[in-house]
Amino acid sequence: MSILVNKETRVICQGITGKAGAFHTKGCKEYGTQMVGGVTPGKKGETVEGLPVFDTVQEAVEQTGANASMIFVPPAFTADAILEAVDAGIKVICAITEGVPVLDMVHVYDVVRKSNSYLIGPNCPGIITPGECKIGIMPGYIHKPGAVGIMSRSGTLTYEAVWQTSQLGLGQSTCVGIGGDPIIGTSQIDLLELYEKDDATEVILMIGEIGGDAEEKAAEYVAKYVTKPVAAFIAGATAPPGKRMGHAGAIISGGKGTAAEKVAALEAAGIVVAPSPADMAKAVAEAMKRRK
Amino acid sequence: MKIHEYQAKELFRKAQVPVLEGYVARTPEEAAAAYVKLGGPIAVVKAQVHAGGRGKGTVVQVPTQRGVQLVKSAEEAAKVAKNLIGNDLVTIQTGEQGSRVNQVFVEAGCKIARELYAAVVLDRAEKMPLLMVSSEGGVEIETVAHETPEKILREHFDPAHGLQSFQVRKLCKKLGIEGPAAKNADGFFKKLCKIFVDLDCAMAEINPLVITEAGEMVALDAKVTFDDNAMFRHPDLKALRDLAEEEPAEVRASNTGLSYVKLDGNIACLVNGAGLAMATMDIIKYHGGAPANFLDVGGGANTQQVTEAFRIILSDPNVKAILVNIFGGIARCTTIATALIEASKEVGFTVPLVVRLEGTEVEEGKRMLKESGLAVIAADNLTDAAMKVVASVK
Repeated sequence: MSILVNKETRVICQGITGKAGAFHTKGCKEYGTQMVGGVTPGKKGETVEGLPVFDTVQEAVEQTGANASMIFVPPAFTADAILEAVDAGIKVICAITEGVPVLDMVHVYDVVRKSNSYLIGPNCPGIITPGECKIGIMPGYIHKPGAVGIMSRSGTLTYEAVWQTSQLGLGQSTCVGIGGDPIIGTSQIDLLELYEKDDATEVILMIGEIGGDAEEKAAEYVAKYVTKPVAAFIAGATAPPGKRMGHAGAIISGGKGTAAEKVAALEAAGIVVAPSPADMAKAVAEAMKRRK
Repeated sequence: MKIHEYQAKELFRKAQVPVLEGYVARTPEEAAAAYVKLGGPIAVVKAQVHAGGRGKGTVVQVPTQRGVQLVKSAEEAAKVAKNLIGNDLVTIQTGEQGSRVNQVFVEAGCKIARELYAAVVLDRAEKMPLLMVSSEGGVEIETVAHETPEKILREHFDPAHGLQSFQVRKLCKKLGIEGPAAKNADGFFKKLCKIFVDLDCAMAEINPLVITEAGEMVALDAKVTFDDNAMFRHPDLKALRDLAEEEPAEVRASNTGLSYVKLDGNIACLVNGAGLAMATMDIIKYHGGAPANFLDVGGGANTQQVTEAFRIILSDPNVKAILVNIFGGIARCTTIATALIEASKEVGFTVPLVVRLEGTEVEEGKRMLKESGLAVIAADNLTDAAMKVVASVK
């Protein structure tokens, strides 16, 4: 078992004829993901990596039975691409694109919430169920099928956590990069709910960063509803207020969203927090031990 | 992106949000002329810097001078302008060295009956824009939020439909705003919310928002920042950017597609990915060091970018050591190793360089560094890297 994606998942790439879209379609296909086609308006009839290109997502769904999409279109067109995927009934939509205007996401979020689709991102590395399905830009080989459900607002820091858990022999059930923007489609709470129900996930690792109050909310949820052990790390303890640390979401504003506040909230909920990013896998092991 | 008060007020004026008459001055003579044009008997001279807290801020070179001052003659306007322009203003937001004042805004006075606070921001929790209004105008909103949070009134609105009249009526009722002021409030708040949406603002703040004795609502201050991601929709707004207000190294980095933030420590870091870059700063601190910067070279960094990144971090005289932390995913370790070797030839390292490579093509990358003869302190993992770099500056 796993969450959201598995070996049955049929994936298309929106923006497949672009450089990044084509490159990562190849990478996902090589990993073993069932890539079934792509969409670029006006490019119907072309093929990329041996896959058919369609003008619309609806057409692609009708012709290939796709139920997941990986989006690589430029930021100005990302909202439109997500809405098109929702409209076509795509179940898991991964928006990799970085730099989407936040007001575009206000509308997109509203539409996604009223639909049956899950939107991962934008500005994220994607989602992977090791050995079964990779949708996104993460290096596949560092992953190993296993017990840890990992969710993170950052890309390379997730790879670090994956690497550490693979080294410890734990492996991962499903890893989700939820994205570094202020408004994202799938929150930590949405994933906690899915991981809690998933048989393969024995322990959950949540990697957060400064800014917003998503980790505090997730901590409240864990205290109330999650029976599985949870570990966490928060990046940005050294970040000064008012400065954006790369991600649009990673900014301490008005004294809110500091790492210290988040760590306190997580620990109060019984979550094991890694003091250093080098100890993320250790925190996972510690969380498992405490629960036994 | 941040802009100056006078620029924000120009945008307000265009959108018919009431502001007072005022003129920008870049010399004392211009300030005096602006006073004459306004006609007196009073005017306010305001330092134009991006930082907040100007009213309580003081000038480094003229410690008696505040960042905002009421003046009663053209001579006085010129004197205040002389104290401000070309000097550095220190406020709670600028740090000790202050921010250089290059221009002042000379604005008419008005008869104030009441001061309020208003701001439109994005509420991340609700995923909606939010209008906040408080009866506590002219004070730091953070203080109000902390001490008397019940005094901040909140109304969310849908960007497609804007703020509704009933929401303004609710606000006025709670704030005790009646008569002509209540009537003016409807247009004022709706237009402010519309500006936020139309211009893709990250924040539009008015502190204080005043109600005059005649019942007019006027934006006495204006602080507007924009969503950088939406600037492609607003080519006209890009012209409002004032590079003099930004850290030169940060501007240089953004021109090369790098994300750099200068900090106060002495250990520079070069990392791929924003989260890992933050975590790298954290682990340096955790092991007793102090990071000199945040620097994300991104996923697809090339030799040219990495070389420029080294030039930028080495331009900071505080830097005593460098930590390179790369988790190769899409970016291969070999690419980074090549870039490091090339950059060292071009830039020349004068401080210890600790390198931690992991991920795609790591063995080959490490071998390349070893064979290059570059004086690299190799690290096996994050902890090892942090301890080695901290030890190198002690």
